[in-house]
Amino acid sequence: MAELLDYFRKERLPHIWCPGCGHGTITGALVRAIDKLGLDKNNIVLVSGIGCSSRAVGYLDFDTVHTTHGRALAFATGIKHARPNLKVIVMTGDGDCTAIGGNHFIHAARRNIDITTIIMNNSIYGMTSGQYSPTTPHGMLGTTAPYGNVEYEFDVCKLAEAAGASYVARASSYHVTLLTELLEKALMNKGFSVVEALAQCPTYLGRKNKIGGAVEVLNWIKDRTVNVKAAAALPPEKLEGKLLIGELFTHDRPEYTASYAEMTAKVQRTYNDYKGGNRGCELNSD
Amino acid sequence: MANIVKLMQGNEACTMGALAAGLQFFGGYPITPSTEIAEMCSEELPKVGGKFIQMEDEIGSIAACIGASLTGKKAMTATSGPGFSLMQENIGYACLCEIPVVIINVQRMGPSTGMPTSPAQGDVMQARWGTHGDHSIIVLTPGNVKECFELTFKAFVLSEKYRIPVIVLADEVICHMREKVVLPDPKTYKIPMRAMPESPAGYKPYAADPDGGVPLMAPFGKGYRWHCTGLFHDETGAPSGKPAVANALLRRLDRKIEKNKAEFEDYFAENLDDCDVAVVSFGSSAMAALSAVRRARKEGLKAGMLRLKTMWPFPDETLRRLTSSAKTIIVPEMNLGQVALEVERVIHGKAKVVKLGKVNGELFHPDEVYAALKEAF
Repeated sequence: MAELLDYFRKERLPHIWCPGCGHGTITGALVRAIDKLGLDKNNIVLVSGIGCSSRAVGYLDFDTVHTTHGRALAFATGIKHARPNLKVIVMTGDGDCTAIGGNHFIHAARRNIDITTIIMNNSIYGMTSGQYSPTTPHGMLGTTAPYGNVEYEFDVCKLAEAAGASYVARASSYHVTLLTELLEKALMNKGFSVVEALAQCPTYLGRKNKIGGAVEVLNWIKDRTVNVKAAAALPPEKLEGKLLIGELFTHDRPEYTASYAEMTAKVQRTYNDYKGGNRGCELNSD
Repeated sequence: MANIVKLMQGNEACTMGALAAGLQFFGGYPITPSTEIAEMCSEELPKVGGKFIQMEDEIGSIAACIGASLTGKKAMTATSGPGFSLMQENIGYACLCEIPVVIINVQRMGPSTGMPTSPAQGDVMQARWGTHGDHSIIVLTPGNVKECFELTFKAFVLSEKYRIPVIVLADEVICHMREKVVLPDPKTYKIPMRAMPESPAGYKPYAADPDGGVPLMAPFGKGYRWHCTGLFHDETGAPSGKPAVANALLRRLDRKIEKNKAEFEDYFAENLDDCDVAVVSFGSSAMAALSAVRRARKEGLKAGMLRLKTMWPFPDETLRRLTSSAKTIIVPEMNLGQVALEVERVIHGKAKVVKLGKVNGELFHPDEVYAALKEAF
């Protein structure tokens, strides 16, 4: 195993995250997964949007793009489509991916384009200081939910599965070993992979909801998760309000860039046989 | 091979121009009246090993194009009013991050859904100032089908050279009109190539002459491992909140275009040297205007025509020269006077500026411009 810091732009550290934030743990898990798989540093592109989690890419020593809010997957789609040999990884947050970027998320899943997406879900808008997000549980407090969140949260993994992702998994900054294993599998999957990584936000979610500091919010995450294997043996009432962790869904289906390459090859065969030139322009030349 | 002679639609000519310039990636979303460009790209790009993708919206379309451009590919999107509005944030991203991309905006009546199949020229200011914050941009505006080809080609040349989004500001009539076009032998096209750094050693993605220099752009996946961010950044690409860094970056980006203005300036002129009344127009309005000017000349009136092919940066010097002869300047345009406002700014009272705006979704008739000319004499 290489020195983990070798994957970081050391001169850009320390990071901007608050003490006790879960994003560093998740970033560490990704780097470990990349290292374990022995992927070529020069062949990886990391893409992010806007928010606390999206700052991760700036610290990592790959080709990295910190794009606009919600658009990481659309940029990543362009990168992957243009150069399918690149390993494209998207680091995004719950607001970035499922609110403002929700449309790109479901369409990237529908295409099953070979992109690994890590959703660093801390159930809050941290960068703007604590507004409720599409993954804030009902009833919890945020700076825009002072009387408790009246909305209900997305199950991001079910959303990804329904939209067509071929690998869907969930873990958290508490379950780091599991998270690293799932990320490895996601990176190996040829298709759209989603790994939701629950993260603690002690500064805003923890404080606003009086859960406590980093440890208490981590425990809160631990208490709301059940391993998918253990869940199989539990009665439904024990699973009420729980989030399943582990590998949740896999599906072997055609990948977008591969299908496009297949189509291109077919078109080129026909086109070369025809030799009609660019829409027959030569036929009209003077 | 020889010249290509073809009856061609404006949208088709835009696509041909892009392909001639080495287009490798098109990301788009269907919208009238630009859709033919997407359709033709979906057909032609696979033949040359390029990539087409129909994205889920126009925000995604330009985002995908910028992503493709980061890998070193020549990328383009095409849209119209509502889609152009949606693209604005990411156009600003490409400005600040200095990522080449070409955007064709086939103008239609707006605001809002407006009149999708009717021509208009109401996006002149949006093309210049649509994204937030101070920024430079290049906007070219074709006046016939052949220029759709030429200016789209040129858009790639400028975009790749100056690492900036270039907008081709066409309109519904120009792009849906069919004309006989003679294009040069494809073998004579010089495909614009982006300047690349020599090696990753010591590469600084945003190191450039502070006085409007253009940094060298490394394609992704070649070992440069650089960071691209829409935050203000220093020459290493690292985000920076330092006032001096922000100031230097914004001023370099501004100078990059201001300094080289003369290179972008492009127009069609007829009988300007001795004219008493000049007509300044662009796009399909200029077709009616030119016809009116020629008619007036035939009748002995000293009328002249200036048709803009570069809209932004605005050709101040060319406009200023008009006042050495013209006492009145008529500006026919299918909006409420967006170009006329610029003309007034430049002319600064040295000639009378007549705004001839039309906003009913109909083309100018030559008689309308002729009547304005008669009145001015």
